[in-house]
Amino acid sequence: MSRRKDNYDTSRWLKFKKWVDGEVDLLADGMEARVPEGTAGREKACVPEGTAGREKALAPEGKAGRGEALAPEGKAGRGEALAPEGKAGRAEARALKGKAGRAEARAPEGNDNQARPKTEAMSQAAYEAVQEEELKKLPIFTQGYDKSVDHGLALFRKFYRFMSVLLCGGLILVLLWTVAYLPIFGNAGNPDNNEVSARYIERGLQETGAVNIVTGMILDYRAFDTFGESCVLFIASCCVLVLLRIDASSKDSQTEKRRKEAAYDRLYEPKNDIILQKCACILVPVILIFGIYIVLNGHLSPGGGFSGGAVLGSGLILYLNAFGFQKTERFFTEKVYRRTTLCALTFYCLAKSYSFFTGANHMNSGIPLGTPGAILSSGLILPLNICVGLVVACTMYAFYTLFRKGGM
Amino acid sequence: MLQHMLLNMEETASVILFGIGFTILLLHQNLIKKIMGMNIMDTAVYLFLAAKGYINGRMVPIVTDGIQDVSAYINPVPSGLVLTGIVVSVSTTALMLALTIRLYERYGSLDLDQILIQVKEEERT
Repeated sequence: MSRRKDNYDTSRWLKFKKWVDGEVDLLADGMEARVPEGTAGREKACVPEGTAGREKALAPEGKAGRGEALAPEGKAGRGEALAPEGKAGRAEARALKGKAGRAEARAPEGNDNQARPKTEAMSQAAYEAVQEEELKKLPIFTQGYDKSVDHGLALFRKFYRFMSVLLCGGLILVLLWTVAYLPIFGNAGNPDNNEVSARYIERGLQETGAVNIVTGMILDYRAFDTFGESCVLFIASCCVLVLLRIDASSKDSQTEKRRKEAAYDRLYEPKNDIILQKCACILVPVILIFGIYIVLNGHLSPGGGFSGGAVLGSGLILYLNAFGFQKTERFFTEKVYRRTTLCALTFYCLAKSYSFFTGANHMNSGIPLGTPGAILSSGLILPLNICVGLVVACTMYAFYTLFRKGGM
Repeated sequence: MLQHMLLNMEETASVILFGIGFTILLLHQNLIKKIMGMNIMDTAVYLFLAAKGYINGRMVPIVTDGIQDVSAYINPVPSGLVLTGIVVSVSTTALMLALTIRLYERYGSLDLDQILIQVKEEERT
């Protein structure tokens, strides 16, 4: 077995440095999304269509007009009736040429660019149409909402403002007055430090096995409360899904508009942002591992399912922003979201039902608590933390994708 | 009374924050700003709860060196309540933002007055 030589030229550090400087592309095979060639082609195709076509189309008109205007002069001066005809004929010929030119300009567009630039052009046109509609709507707004005309409304608004300032000032004063009679901050004898918290601190380690008393409290003593929280998150994401989802089958004009906007967003997302991509390459693994650490260490150190899940979700969102929907859809689709959330919530519900049932009937649950401080300890708390973390991460990611494009 | 308020500085700050959030909720017509006001009110509640659980000179409620004395740790119950509050706040904020997006798509405005005027005009026709 030969010892590997310490060669700087082939070292990983030099490779990394070169990658950061942009000299080599380690991501050449597949990771980096490039600018689709179609866009460049479209620009080229657009230029002849826009400029050459319009010029040629305008030119004959102008010449024809001039030809007519010149015609009487020609008649008066030379008495030749052919001159205007000839010019008109030329103008016609030019018009034909113009048409031919336009047809030529259109031809490359059809050849060079396939379906993608066409949809792009279509979505741009749709976007402009939508903007025009919005502009058309504007005068209606100003007609319906004119403060100077409607004295009653203005008076009501003044009254409303005055009363709300009064109400807010009164509320703050009353609450401050209350604060002045509260027990002093940080005093051990305050009434909220009662026998409940004393019991959690004194017996928590023996009864739950968790070193972190807060985690032991929320995932063992008050576990149904935490189950409700996860369900609140899940129901909130369901509601957002109902509100923002773009239904593929509906023929509604609003849905049509939203679908076009989503397609527009998808085509123009920043696919080739080199700074974001390289930062994400370094940061995303670190963020994901840190999130997993927070989730798994919830019963030993500050953290747990909710905070760790939020970190995991933000890591996924960063990855999505850097590499686009095509990359994330390889591993995270709506199906994956549905299955993960359903499995996590069902497992949580069954596990906690079992432990509550055995606890209420004074039976031995048979779940070992382990040694306090070890990673595999404290009974059900670790799997429940993982469940909560999965639900929170999926929900965060789902919120982002739904708000951005209305669907996963 | 003023001295007592200074002793309870955290609670005073949280109450003032709550008032600021409530003022934003009432005075602004923009729906997004109303949601921001709601979130400021949430934050004030977290601050109040966390301040209630704190006890001077004690450790976080994580058992270290096997010490299980009540006089060693702060109160763990308000920390759990703050966690519940944060989760519910995130859910309601997401729901409100989604509703705002749909309202904006329907009426083309975030201003509450303009939306109400349009609703009334639609009812008339």
